[in-house]
Amino acid sequence: MATIFQGLGGGAATATALTNSFDSKKLLLPSSRRSLSERKASFLVVRSDGSVNLNLGSSNARARRVNQLITNAVATKADSSAASAASKPGHELLLYEALREGIEEEMDRDPHVCVMGEDVGHYGGSYKVTRGLADKYGDLRVLDTPIAENSFTGMGIGAAMTGLRPIVEGMNMGFLLLAFNQISNNCGMLHYTSGGQFTIPIVIRGPGGVGRQLGAEHSQRLESYFQSIPGIQMVACSTPYNAKGLMKAAIRSENPVILFEHVLLYNLKERIPDEEYICNLEEAEMVRPGEHVTILTYSRMRYHVMQAAKTLVNKGYDPEVIDIRSLKPFDLHTIGNSVKKTHRVLIVEECMRTGGIGASLTAAITENFHDYLDAPIVCLSSQDVPTPYAGTLEEWTVVQPAQIVTAVEHLCQ
Amino acid sequence: MALSHLKSSSSRSNLLKPLATAFSLRRPISTSTDPLTIETSVPFTAHKCDPPSRTVETNPQELLSFFRDMARMRRMEIAADSLYKAKLIRGFCHLYDGQEAVAVGMEAAITKKDSIITAYRDHCTFLGRGGTLLEVFSELMGRQAGCSHGKGGSMHFYKKDSGFYGGHGIVGAQVPLGCGLAFAHKYNKDDTVAFALYGDGAANQGQLFEALNISALWDLPAILVCENNHYGMGTAEWRAAKNPSYYKRGDYVPGVKTLDLGFSEEFSGHLPGDSFEYAFRAWLESVFLNEMKIVDGMDALAVKQACRFAKDYALKSGPIILEMDTYRYHGHSMSDPGSTYRTRDEISGVRQERDPVERIRKLILAHDLATEKELKDIEKELRKQVDDAIAQAKESPMPEPSELFTNVYVKGMGVEAYGADRKEVRAVLP
Repeated sequence: MATIFQGLGGGAATATALTNSFDSKKLLLPSSRRSLSERKASFLVVRSDGSVNLNLGSSNARARRVNQLITNAVATKADSSAASAASKPGHELLLYEALREGIEEEMDRDPHVCVMGEDVGHYGGSYKVTRGLADKYGDLRVLDTPIAENSFTGMGIGAAMTGLRPIVEGMNMGFLLLAFNQISNNCGMLHYTSGGQFTIPIVIRGPGGVGRQLGAEHSQRLESYFQSIPGIQMVACSTPYNAKGLMKAAIRSENPVILFEHVLLYNLKERIPDEEYICNLEEAEMVRPGEHVTILTYSRMRYHVMQAAKTLVNKGYDPEVIDIRSLKPFDLHTIGNSVKKTHRVLIVEECMRTGGIGASLTAAITENFHDYLDAPIVCLSSQDVPTPYAGTLEEWTVVQPAQIVTAVEHLCQ
Repeated sequence: MALSHLKSSSSRSNLLKPLATAFSLRRPISTSTDPLTIETSVPFTAHKCDPPSRTVETNPQELLSFFRDMARMRRMEIAADSLYKAKLIRGFCHLYDGQEAVAVGMEAAITKKDSIITAYRDHCTFLGRGGTLLEVFSELMGRQAGCSHGKGGSMHFYKKDSGFYGGHGIVGAQVPLGCGLAFAHKYNKDDTVAFALYGDGAANQGQLFEALNISALWDLPAILVCENNHYGMGTAEWRAAKNPSYYKRGDYVPGVKTLDLGFSEEFSGHLPGDSFEYAFRAWLESVFLNEMKIVDGMDALAVKQACRFAKDYALKSGPIILEMDTYRYHGHSMSDPGSTYRTRDEISGVRQERDPVERIRKLILAHDLATEKELKDIEKELRKQVDDAIAQAKESPMPEPSELFTNVYVKGMGVEAYGADRKEVRAVLP
C-alpha cells in the first residue's frame, strides 16, 4: 500500500524537472503504469464498497506532504475565485459577513425585504449571518420564529404571495425537510397553478452539507431532494464574492430561490469589491480554465477539487474546473462549451450518489453532449450512508482530493 | 316594520297602489337600504372573549343579494355535479352546496382588500370574491377561459385582484399561508385582515397550531375560520378529534362559535366506542329531525355578524378562531357518495331544517321584501345564467401545448432559462 504513494511521489518528482513542457504525460506513464492497477483497484474499492482503503483515506495528508516537497512546481492558475474583483481596492471579509452585506444592502434598497427564521433576530443568527440586522431594522423586518419550520415557511410563502420578499432561514438545511410540503406544493407550484397570478419572490437559505462531526441528521444535503420540484431555482454559493452576489440576485428574483450555503465555508476570507454587484443566478463560474478534463463541482467540493488540481498540475494535467453554482437549472451553456473543449467530464459533489445533483447532471450532459465525450462521465459523490459521527468515518463519506486525483488520472489515460 | 316598507315602496308603483291596500304583497322587489334588524336564533358561544351580539343589522337589498348569491352558488354546484357525471370535469371536484352561507356571510362583512384563503372546496368562495361563472366552469373543464387558464383545476382557483388566495389541495397547508397573508397585512399597515378557512378535518393538523402560535406572538390580524361540516371526508368529527370544540382548540387564542348544539360538553370523551357513536347519531338526528329548530351556522346573517366581530377584534388584538357549524349535502368529493358514513335521513333532515337558501327565502317572504313568484323568477334567471356560462365555457378552447411550459418561472434577471437543459419545449406535443 505504501508503494502507491512512493510511486506517486516518484512520478511527481520526475515531472517537476519538465513541468514547463506538457509532454510530462509521457514521462508519467512508466511510473504510473505500475501503480495504476493498484490505484485502480483501490479507487474502485473506495467508490463501490463501503470498505475503505485506509491509505487512501489518509492520503490527503500524504498528498499534502507530497505537495510540500515540490516547491518549484507550476502553480495552479487562479486558485482563488476567478471572478474576483477587477478593481483591487475592495474590502476583505468572511463569507458570512458577505452574506450579511448582501442581505443588508437589499433590505436598505427595498422595504419589502424581511428575514424570518429561528434565532435570526436578537441572537444574531446561529452562524452570525444576520447579526446586527434586528437592531437596525426592528422586529417587524427581522423576525424570530418559534421552532416551527412547516408553518413559518408557509407564512413566508403566504407573505410572498402578496408582494413581500421574505428571506426564510432554515437553521440547518436538514430542518427544512419539515417544510417540504410548503416548499414543494406552495412555493414551487403556485405561480403555475394560479395561471401566473401570483409570484413567490421568496429566498430560502441555510447551511447544509457535511460539517465537523455534526452527526447524520445535521449533515444533510437537501439539494438532491429539492431538485425535482418544478418552479424553484437552486443555487449554491462557495466564495464570499459569489455568496454576496447570489444572495442579492436571489432576493431580487421574482422566482423562489433556494440558496445552499455550507457549514464549513462560513469563515472563508476574500477581498470583494466595494461597488454593488450581483451574480447571475443561472450561470456557472469558471474557476480554472484548462484543456484535459472538465471538473464540475459546487460548494465545498470546489476546494477539494482545487486542492486536487494543484496535485494534478504537478503531475502534468490541465484540469478545467467549473463551479456550477446554479443547481437548478444547470448552466449547460458553460458546461457544454467546456465539454466540447476537453471531451472528458468528472463531477465532484457532496450529495449522495443516488438521485443526487451529479446523477441529474450526468444525464443532462449525456443527453446533450454525447457526441463530444471521449470517455464515460465519472461522478464522485458522497457515499450512500448516513453521515457517521466518528471523524475518520466521516472523512471517508465525502470525496477527498486524492480520490479526485485518481479519478482524473483514470479518466485521462 | 313591514308597514314602513309598504309606505316607502308603494309610492314607486302607482299601478299597484289599489292592490297594495288590498293585499300587502304586490309590489316590486325591495331594493331599499333601510336598516332591518334581525336576531339570530341562537346566541353565539365564545371562548376567552365576549361573544358578539345576537342582533344583526342588515337591509332588504343585502338580504336579496344574499338570496341571489346563494342561489347562484347552489345552482353552480348542482350544475358542476352534472358536468362531472358527464365526464366534462375530471379528477377531483369538491362541492360546497349546503355551506353557501359561510361564503356569502363572510363577503358581507369584509372588503375586497381583506384576504381570504381556503382549501379545495373553493368554487363558491371564488364566486363570492367576484369570480364569474364562466371562469369557474372553464377552469373546471380545463379550458383557457378559466381563472388559472386551465392549469389549476377545481382545487386551484385564485383571484389576486380581489384578495382571494386560493384554492389549495393539501389539507391544512393553507393555514400557514393565511397567517403569512395576515403578516403581510400587518407589515403594510393597511388595516385589513386575512381569513384562513379550513375544515374540521384540517383542524387536527399541527401546522395550524404552529401558525396560530406565531400569529398570537406577533399579533397578526389573522382570523382562522373552521367550517365544521362534521365530517373529514368519511370520518366523523368525534372519531377524529378528542376535543371537537374547534373554537376552543386555540387555547390562548379566543374563539367564537356560530352554533353550539351542546354536543361537546355533553358527549366528548365520556362514552366508550360503540355507545359513543350510537349516542352521537341519536343526538344528531334528534337535533335535526325534531322540532328543536335550532337555526344557525348555515345562517348567513350569523356568519356576517361573527366575521364583522372577528375583523374588528383581529385588527385590535391579534388572531381569533371562528367555528361555523355547517353541513355539506354532497359527499366529500364527487367520488364519494356521501352516504356510507351518514344516513340519508340526516342529510335530508338538515336540508329541511337548516338550508341556508331556504332560510333567507323565508326571511324575505316574512318581511315582505319580495313575493314567492319574484324569488322563483330570480332562480330561473340564475339557472339561465349558469346554463349560459356552461355553454360559453364549453366553447372555450383547451390550452395551447406551449402553455405546458409557461408560468413555471418568472423570467428573472440575467440569462433566461426554462429547465435543466435550457430548451423551452422538451418535446413536440402531438
